[in-house]
Amino acid sequence: MSAVHADLHYTKTHEWVKVHGDGTATVGITDHAQEALGDIVFVETPEVGRQVDAGDGCAVVESVKAASDIYTPLAGEVVEVNAALADTPELINQSAYGDGWIFTLRVADPGAVSGLLDAAGYQAVLDAEV
Amino acid sequence: MGLRTPLFAEHERLNARIVPFGGWDMPLHYGSQLEEHHAVRRRAGIFDVSHMQPVDITGSGASAFLRRLLANDVVKLKDPGKALYSCMLNEQGGVVDDLICYYRGPERYRLVVNAGTADKDLDWMQAQAVGFDVHIDRRRDLAMIAIQGPQARAVAAALLPADCRDAALAIAPFFAADGARWFVGRTGYTGEDGFEVILPAEDAPELWQGLIAAGIQPCGLGARDTLRLEAGMNLYGQDMDETVGPLESGLGWTIAWEPAERRFIGREALTALRDNPARRDFVGLLLTGRGVLRGHQQVLSDGRPVGEITSGGFAPTLERSIALARVAPGLGATCAVDIRGKAVPARVVKTTFVRHGKPAQAL
Repeated sequence: MSAVHADLHYTKTHEWVKVHGDGTATVGITDHAQEALGDIVFVETPEVGRQVDAGDGCAVVESVKAASDIYTPLAGEVVEVNAALADTPELINQSAYGDGWIFTLRVADPGAVSGLLDAAGYQAVLDAEV
Repeated sequence: MGLRTPLFAEHERLNARIVPFGGWDMPLHYGSQLEEHHAVRRRAGIFDVSHMQPVDITGSGASAFLRRLLANDVVKLKDPGKALYSCMLNEQGGVVDDLICYYRGPERYRLVVNAGTADKDLDWMQAQAVGFDVHIDRRRDLAMIAIQGPQARAVAAALLPADCRDAALAIAPFFAADGARWFVGRTGYTGEDGFEVILPAEDAPELWQGLIAAGIQPCGLGARDTLRLEAGMNLYGQDMDETVGPLESGLGWTIAWEPAERRFIGREALTALRDNPARRDFVGLLLTGRGVLRGHQQVLSDGRPVGEITSGGFAPTLERSIALARVAPGLGATCAVDIRGKAVPARVVKTTFVRHGKPAQAL
């Protein structure tokens, strides 16, 4: 079974968001997503400074099988990307919720996070897919 | 639900991720496609290829029939067990399928055709067989296991029946040892040494379990694809099909033009294309920029589209992305590929990227 963490928010398209106390939020893909993609061999991260709207495709994760667009769950400005993914994209397979994070946003509207799925809501999405 | 091979229960027991392929439910991987790939390059791996279809061709007209049916010429097969790779063409010079033909003795041949094309192949063969004294036997009773890698033959030999074990170890590459029940070809689709064992379906689980018990890595279709791409081997339906023939798919070497009087199907169309200056080239691409090459991406030269990738992906042995591409003639030593709107630079190289575990190209 794929892991779902209680302290994160989620999208139906299998991204996770961790909201920090300083108005930023970190985005990655879920354990379920990395497992479905298989071995990840390349990650295209967004440019730091880019303004993104919720739902924008702003990263691409490529596995041995296929390329997948990663959509930002929240609007804001990209303030940091995970540079380690350039040489070690497999961090996403090894640690989807930790070292495999993809980018951090300065969130435009902190209230928007309430529109995302909580852990129970995302678990229901996974249960419905099986 | 798709068709299931005699080894389906083994795949489930090994927790394979099962995907539909050519009408069959087949293992994509058993955990990590990359580990499976490396196992074959460094040690050995096994593949269930029972979805592929052996077809036995016999009768006093077998040779004459195959010399008409195939673009390569079975007259080259003089020694029993010798194998030949060939395209089976339509009249327009397009590829109905690519296959291996083994010579088993006078007027006795065994073909192995692709899974997804087997039904149409058999229809095509039956239609072309009119007027030949030939018997076409689709062998649904057989399974097929590929054992590939530098250690493959040594490990597999211990599990072969006595009547073909010594012969299997003695044969040269691209030959087969013909036992009473098992047929062991020193062939494969990975660029490594190894065997492809064709055996009765009921014998297959025991051989599979024996190879697993010997510590051999089970490998799925995912690793099979990256291994064959690194080896520069074509995949039917991607690199060539009924609309694109061998001359534009890097398979010109499989056409037996001599003797000139042999009238194989598709010969006239190929002859016309051979001397056409617009005939497209089939090249290898090695990505020098960042990203992953994929099928159907556009190849660019001086910013203009000049062709298309037919197969692309990440090459685990090279830790680079590689591709096969069909391009307009005259492409230079470098080009670019359109990856999501960006022109990413690539080198134009020969289509063999890896052979026997080693890079065949300077990186």
